[in-house]
Amino acid sequence: MFEYAPAPESRDIVDIRPSYGLFIGGEWVDPQGEDRHKTVNPATEEVLAEVAWAGEADVDRAVQAATKAFPVWSAMPGAERAKYLFRIARIIQERSRELAVLETLDNGKPIREARDVDLPLVAAHFFYYAGWADKLAYAGFGENPRPLGVAGQVIPWNFPLLMLAWKIAPALACGNTVVLKPAETTPLTGLAFAEICRQAELPPGVVNIVTGAGETGAALVNHPGVDKVAFTGSTEVGRLIARSLAGTSKKLTLELGGKAANIVFEDAPLDQAVEGIVNGIFFNQGHVCCAGSRLLVQESVAAELLEALKRRLGTLRLGDPMDKNTDIGAINSAEQLARIRELTESGEAEGAERWSPACPIPDRGYWFPPTVFTGVAQSHRIAREEIFGPVLSVLTFRTPAEAVEKANNTPYGLSAGVWTEKGSLMLWTASKLRAGVVWSNTFNRFDPTSPFGGYKESGYGREGGRHGLEAYLAV
Amino acid sequence: MTTPLAAAKFDGVASSPSTLRAFLHGLPGVDRVGADARAAMLGTRSIKTTAKKQAIDTAIAMVDLTTLEGADTPGKVRAMCAKAVRPDPTDASVPPVAAVCVYPDLVATAVEALAGSGVKVASVATSFPSGRSSLEVKTAETRLAVAAGAAEIDMVIDRGAFLAGDYLKVYEEIVATKEACGEAHLKVILETGELATYDNVRRASWLAMIAGADFIKTSTGKVSPAATLPVTLVMLEAVRDFLAVTGRKVGVKPAGGIRTTKDAIKYLVLVNETAGPDWLHPDWFRLGASSLLNDLLMQRQKMATGRYAGPDYFTLD
Amino acid sequence: MSERLAVRKTYKLFIGGAFPRSESGRSYEVTSSKGDFLANAARASRKDARDAVVAARKAFPGWSGATAYNRGQILYRIAEMLEGRRAQFVAEITAVGGVGAKQAGDMVDATVDRLVWYAGWSDKIGAVVGSANPVAGPYFNLSSPEPTGVVAVIAPQTGPLLGLVSAIAPVIVTGNTCVVVACERVPLPAITLAEVLATSDLPGGVVNILTGSAAEIAPWLAGHMDVNGIDLTGADAELAVTCEELAAENLKRVLRPPAGPVDWLAEPGIGRMTAFLETKTVWHPIGV
Repeated sequence: MFEYAPAPESRDIVDIRPSYGLFIGGEWVDPQGEDRHKTVNPATEEVLAEVAWAGEADVDRAVQAATKAFPVWSAMPGAERAKYLFRIARIIQERSRELAVLETLDNGKPIREARDVDLPLVAAHFFYYAGWADKLAYAGFGENPRPLGVAGQVIPWNFPLLMLAWKIAPALACGNTVVLKPAETTPLTGLAFAEICRQAELPPGVVNIVTGAGETGAALVNHPGVDKVAFTGSTEVGRLIARSLAGTSKKLTLELGGKAANIVFEDAPLDQAVEGIVNGIFFNQGHVCCAGSRLLVQESVAAELLEALKRRLGTLRLGDPMDKNTDIGAINSAEQLARIRELTESGEAEGAERWSPACPIPDRGYWFPPTVFTGVAQSHRIAREEIFGPVLSVLTFRTPAEAVEKANNTPYGLSAGVWTEKGSLMLWTASKLRAGVVWSNTFNRFDPTSPFGGYKESGYGREGGRHGLEAYLAV
Repeated sequence: MTTPLAAAKFDGVASSPSTLRAFLHGLPGVDRVGADARAAMLGTRSIKTTAKKQAIDTAIAMVDLTTLEGADTPGKVRAMCAKAVRPDPTDASVPPVAAVCVYPDLVATAVEALAGSGVKVASVATSFPSGRSSLEVKTAETRLAVAAGAAEIDMVIDRGAFLAGDYLKVYEEIVATKEACGEAHLKVILETGELATYDNVRRASWLAMIAGADFIKTSTGKVSPAATLPVTLVMLEAVRDFLAVTGRKVGVKPAGGIRTTKDAIKYLVLVNETAGPDWLHPDWFRLGASSLLNDLLMQRQKMATGRYAGPDYFTLD
Repeated sequence: MSERLAVRKTYKLFIGGAFPRSESGRSYEVTSSKGDFLANAARASRKDARDAVVAARKAFPGWSGATAYNRGQILYRIAEMLEGRRAQFVAEITAVGGVGAKQAGDMVDATVDRLVWYAGWSDKIGAVVGSANPVAGPYFNLSSPEPTGVVAVIAPQTGPLLGLVSAIAPVIVTGNTCVVVACERVPLPAITLAEVLATSDLPGGVVNILTGSAAEIAPWLAGHMDVNGIDLTGADAELAVTCEELAAENLKRVLRPPAGPVDWLAEPGIGRMTAFLETKTVWHPIGV
């Protein structure tokens, strides 16, 4: 057997401080309270740094800084705002290796993904929206579309820097200023981004980063000085935010959970479908809101496809995320691991058949093997609830109509996959699916020019493309 | 002649043009973008230290050292054979290559030069590279090459017939050539650069395998593009699936355009993760190349000495 | 001879293309601004709202699946039919008081024009808000608008006809179906509109009209898990907050009430359409 020797990326390239304050008004400031928490490497449980958890007073200070910066930033010619964003994009490219390592250390995702997916997309997103800053009059929102003011943005832990880019780039391009709260388990790249803002000489207060958990986020979205709230995370929290914003004039966009169906028809390009299924659910350990967590396969090819899928899963390499050959990294936190375990146990208890490839699990850190459930019924929890982990539920169907019916039979509507070589069937299926993104003969592709967002309980508003501007303009 | 299990399994398939066509067009399609992406991803595997040493020696042992020029002479072939047996005269630990590959008229020269070395002689045949001749000429050429001592025959398929949809003609030529080979191994060159689509590559692979190919090979080296990672991926999927269906194992040989150690290692990773480690052996995977060998030797020396190697220190044969 | 006794009318609801009474059996008197009796209107209950949502959901696949051209034709047909009832609408609007015949006539004309305007949008909105996205890879990538689904419309309290049609037309022209809670005080134009809709090729259930108390019915629609969006234009501040909170339960798309008075005669822009449109982005590889 051809054993690949370990090929670890060097972590010397990153310089993590022992302790971080809050980034407010262009400066590192100490929080008013004493609330500090450790952020750990989920692959080793090693403490990486201590970060402040901002309280209401800290959030207020950040919103004030953003409010103060707004007149200057919004009045600046778009071409000048663009140049700041281009600068940021370039710095991200220049520091991409360092940022990829930092992301992997804090998040647990394989360095290959951080390096080849996250960071290129982060830079591309800033480049893309930089270009919009002086072209807003042509975006279809009126001759002189105005920014909203201060945007309060709360992002998740699965793609920390990429979600930051999705939030900050369009907000700034449109002339808003922002207060952003990274997820409590993955603050480090957001804090590194604060440094990048300084490096780019972005005017103070245009970007403010406040670290913390749910309470910090609640203080931010409920702050009266915030004009726009953008949230990516669970549907449960999205609901709370939507409710708490009732009666305010705050504009809200939400990118929430999903339970995407990946539909494989009998005439699919099967080898690529297998890759698409793997990429759909095991990319980023399945910590992906648009993950293809429900495989719907036509009964006539189910056995053949499952055999090929299992064979392919046998080649996945789980382990040290810093190894460039790792395919499956660590689960982001002990809490998330517990949730995945609880849901998979319910899958077994409800009668679905569980399978994982032979897969050694490291002694330390949070890990979960790639897992496939067959014999899953629509009524099982693992077919309905978002697991947000490397767990695939396999269901079968007989006709295209049944496939669509099952795919749409969920409160979510973020994404879906369709695999067929027949163009008319693809377009028919895509048109019937109630989901914001449909990948046909591919899965989990992202691009700054391509609008992303959900139907139904997967949220509202779009990120990316011209559509993504609407969330940050008074239209 | 032994009837392979494969032939029994596909008995009816080649009984008429329409059954053969139905079978080949019934194979699952290949999505080009997805196949390209998978090959590119495997190309990012990072092979270092001990794994790289092992990979380099494995790759050397898989090389079909090739010269297929109009200007080939007995002298040129003898020099290449010497290199094949002892790739690095300064280092006896370097394994010999798998085979040398020459035109039919130079087979006897190569056989003589390689006598007792264990390095095999492969000959192209069937009016290589275009294949544009009659079946009689093609089988006669094959028989002559085998009679001259070739242990392996690299035939070309009739791409014109394939593209015209005359799959049965292609099939029958392969069957006839296989018969002409006798005990010699048959490698069937698909010339994937002319087949243009991955769907065609998959169909041609199956066509060759059910007709009795021992190896399927990408290219003559005379058409661009020659071997590519995704085309080889599609062919590796075919041999993997063919084994599962028939129990018969077929080898794969990418040829042409593989020049660097980095390229060669990418192919080995592709084999490892597609067909599986069982194919990581010269009996089942070959690299058709000429200049690749020196790059493998240079990388090998760099790993041994820690210094970058220079071309002046490796023989040009 | 004594003067002929008037035949007093009792109007009903409009659900699934039919005109049922409220299941509750309730009705209320509609009066002019001077207090004169005009008609009886049904006072819809939460169960009527529930039935209306079922009808709207049932109509959604067909209506959203109809061609844009077909939807445009039907909206244009509604405009034609409405024009034919001009005198009746003028009478109903003036009877309520507050506006003269000339002004009421202008409103009806503007309503017809509004429908014609929206009818033309059916096969153009996709070109305006959709996009072909130049992604950095070998993929065809197309974003197109799709209707949100079933939308509850709390009709404006001003502009009983023009405001009402200005709220309904943008919702349905893109393929949504709706449940409308008509203006409580001036429901007659809404009921007459239902009669127009029933005779203008609009499939039953695409528009369902409930009369009665918005304060009573709207929260049931706002909290209904099979309603995908809600237009709160006609809700007062308190009701709007209640409804928005309830709407959060299934993340309904919410069109908040306008900050100030609305000039229904002004050109509306596309905002009322885009409020109830989703964007679907489809990827497909490009390769031989």
